[in-house]
Amino acid sequence: MEWETVIGLEIHAQLATKSKIFSAAATAYGAEPNTQACAIDLGMPGVLPVLNQEAVRMAAMLGLAIGANIARRSIFARKNYFYPDLPKGYQISQYELPVVEKGELLIDLDDGSSRIIGVTRAHLEEDAGKSLHEDFHGQSGIDLNRAGTPLLEIVSEPDLRSAKEAVAYMKKLHQMVVYLGICDGNMQEGSFRCDANVSVRPKGQSQFGTRAEIKNLNSFRFVERAIEFEIERQIDLIESGGKVVQETRLYDPDKGETRPMRSKEEANDYRYFPDPDLLPLALDEAFIETVRASLPELPDVKKQRFITQYGLSAYDAEVLTAGRPLSDYYEAVVALLGGEPKLCANWVMGDFSAFLNRDSKEIAASPVNPEQLAALLRRIQDRTISGKIAKDVFEAMWMGAGDPDAIIEQRGLRQITDSSAIEKVIDEVIAANPDQLAQYRAGKDKLFAFFVGQVMKASKGKANPQQVNDVLVEKLKG
Amino acid sequence: MYEKTIAQLSAGLASGQFSSEELTRVFLERIERSNPQLNAFITVTAESALAQAQAADQRRQRGEAGPLTGIPIAHKDIFCTNGVRTSCGSQMLDRFIAPYDATVVERLNTAGAVMLGKTNMDEFAMGSSNETSYYGPVRNPWDLNAVPGGSSGGSAAAIAARLTPGATGTDTGGSIRQPAALCGITGIKPTYGRVSRWGMIAYASSLDQGGPMARTAEDCALLLTAIAGFDPRDSTCVDQPVPDYAAALNRPLAGLKIGLPKEYFGTGLDNTVAAVIETAVTEYRKLGAETVEISLPNSQLAIPAYYVVAPAECSSNLARFDGVRYGHRCDNPKDLLDLYTRSRAEGFGAEVQRRILVGTFALSAGYYDAYYLKAQQIRRLISDDFRRAFDQVDVIAGPTSPTVAFNLGEKVDDPITMYLSDIYTIAVNLAGLPSLSLPAGFVGQRPVGLQLIGNYFAEERLLSVAHRYQQVTDWHNRVPAAFA
Repeated sequence: MEWETVIGLEIHAQLATKSKIFSAAATAYGAEPNTQACAIDLGMPGVLPVLNQEAVRMAAMLGLAIGANIARRSIFARKNYFYPDLPKGYQISQYELPVVEKGELLIDLDDGSSRIIGVTRAHLEEDAGKSLHEDFHGQSGIDLNRAGTPLLEIVSEPDLRSAKEAVAYMKKLHQMVVYLGICDGNMQEGSFRCDANVSVRPKGQSQFGTRAEIKNLNSFRFVERAIEFEIERQIDLIESGGKVVQETRLYDPDKGETRPMRSKEEANDYRYFPDPDLLPLALDEAFIETVRASLPELPDVKKQRFITQYGLSAYDAEVLTAGRPLSDYYEAVVALLGGEPKLCANWVMGDFSAFLNRDSKEIAASPVNPEQLAALLRRIQDRTISGKIAKDVFEAMWMGAGDPDAIIEQRGLRQITDSSAIEKVIDEVIAANPDQLAQYRAGKDKLFAFFVGQVMKASKGKANPQQVNDVLVEKLKG
Repeated sequence: MYEKTIAQLSAGLASGQFSSEELTRVFLERIERSNPQLNAFITVTAESALAQAQAADQRRQRGEAGPLTGIPIAHKDIFCTNGVRTSCGSQMLDRFIAPYDATVVERLNTAGAVMLGKTNMDEFAMGSSNETSYYGPVRNPWDLNAVPGGSSGGSAAAIAARLTPGATGTDTGGSIRQPAALCGITGIKPTYGRVSRWGMIAYASSLDQGGPMARTAEDCALLLTAIAGFDPRDSTCVDQPVPDYAAALNRPLAGLKIGLPKEYFGTGLDNTVAAVIETAVTEYRKLGAETVEISLPNSQLAIPAYYVVAPAECSSNLARFDGVRYGHRCDNPKDLLDLYTRSRAEGFGAEVQRRILVGTFALSAGYYDAYYLKAQQIRRLISDDFRRAFDQVDVIAGPTSPTVAFNLGEKVDDPITMYLSDIYTIAVNLAGLPSLSLPAGFVGQRPVGLQLIGNYFAEERLLSVAHRYQQVTDWHNRVPAAFA
């Protein structure tokens, strides 16, 4: 039988607010346990939550960016369950009336096509703390630093049909929240994590199969592998006469498999009800319009602009607009250089990105700023150095050797453009390689490159490549 | 000095007749002598009270005293007090010391009031007789065999016995007004949102409201002026200016329209209590008020709705008492579930457990619509009843409680009968309205309270209507013989 997979993702994006969603405690990652938890986060008696308006603004930004409805009135509810790292015995979340409803996200697939994926809703909620099971001699430690950290839970429609689509959706959403500046996107620190609802059904059947929910997937790779494993598990199960049960499963990245965590029967009854400590969240047109006006240019729009404004290929535009820091950097270099967008694109995507990757550096921490890179490209443009020599200069700049001009002067890298000097070198090279000359003249054209190489070597790479070419062609003819 | 009202004490302090330290010593001595009988205080803070009194006297010398500077008061043990145990009447919090003050406490501290101690109460404010306290029942100063009412029974008894001239209370379904009535004092539950709930341990968040209790409406006005007002730490607190409640007390009653809900004078109301209330109403007519019969047709739905909403919210509010971070923890838990179940079974008393169970049930999947949602719809009907009534009348009057104080132990095994003692007070909380109880006479030894209900933010009106009555009556000046 042919099977169809149905996937829906619930993604938790940690909002990049300075303070928690219902208290003034800091949200910074990595502090000593329980140093960023105030009386409110600890669920002390008599304390009350006050909503962080910045979290609301960020939720509205995402809503507007995905073309969703921003609820003029939404409700915070309590999700009741006992757990040691849940201080109040309930999580404040949104249940019946979320702040964002009915958006959509365009995803690009490997075959070049694209699909629209529905976003059912996005709601605000607080994170829980962390239970630590090591180093406590058979007891558990509780760290409540994370308790009360603002989360936006973004729920997709069951529109995704493969693990690859799920990953494409997740990547697109990741790009979006980072672009909007509402989430740092750091998946290792748990700032962007995913639960996947997966089911299979015979192709052509309209009814959904029974789904399993895979919890807490914190990398794109795990999402893909976990879903692929789960699809196969469900199909095998059904084909061998079994039945999929509705349950929550965990993915074990070491074994590459999902395992049951709890079944539907064991599932909590969360006893949701509106939180009486918080008023309904009311948003007016003025607020929504202010947020709309503050939205940055979104990735898809920017990509199109790069293609038309800079004449870049779709591929280059895609790469350069993947993240805001990179596209900002690129546009700064183009502006400073005053043109040559393709040259700038090659350098930003090429050496610049390669060095960032090599040193695992963020763009903000790059040792070469757009002014410096533009200054270097200007020297290629005015033929002071060749593109090849520029690579060496760039590396020196990266290592902190200073401005390109200083490096070019100090190291004597200025390009040789004096034709008599170039001719002299070429004459010497031809004289020193009579055999190759003979072969070339006998028709072995490939040796042309050999001569270019020898000339460049003799000139320590400084001879202007175009001039070398032109003169060589003439001289080799004899 | 102990027989004076806050207004009189304030005048005495201002004119230098006595110092706050002298005054504070008088009340501390009275507490020391009488509290073993009454059990009105859980914690007495004699040392810090004297220090506060001395600071108040110095402040007065600097010319910076306000009307409450140097006035001794007590706080219901539901208000968190920085550095002083806040038990909420429960074993769960027997050793709990908050590192912060409730807004109400903070504001009275700022006004220069002197805290004598923390008063006894029904456990987590769940009760109408003060018998559910982990610290034992409070006795009614008018008759030591009688209950003082609840849940703010400690505050009411302490004021009636002249152990403090004023105190704070909280009212979720009548917990200020019913004990005020049963102890013969005055207490006002303000409009929901008028007084901050920050630092006030939650029972049912959508109903809880703190307020003052004292001998007179005038004293309540002085206290309410100090504690009311916006607090950014409580999202449900209303940002509306606070009038000087004491300034408007003498507003004449001529032309005032008082509504008498027929549902509050029917079956269930004790005849002797009814007679006292009718006399009080007659007094109001003499003062120039007009009375009209009105109807609050959904009154009979108030108790069932309350006993869904309040337990539902409490089941969630009390989930934080899990033995993990603070509060009672059982010995040697064998695993997490054992830690939770035993800590909570040991730490909470029977009535609290009953309400947690009821509330958990009411919120459960499959029952939510039938109970919680239905109860919320009833709240709307009840609010609409009041809204229509206030189109016709300025205030509503009736009995605070259907009977006078009952005997200790009389209703303790019959929760439903116990719940009915709040039958006239509960609807007010469901609607979020302000309401006041003032002493209106006696049935034998036991006081009767008259309840006045006002429109939203009509505290000023309620206090003046009560004050005018207290100008021509002396029920509020009667002292229980054993404490005279």
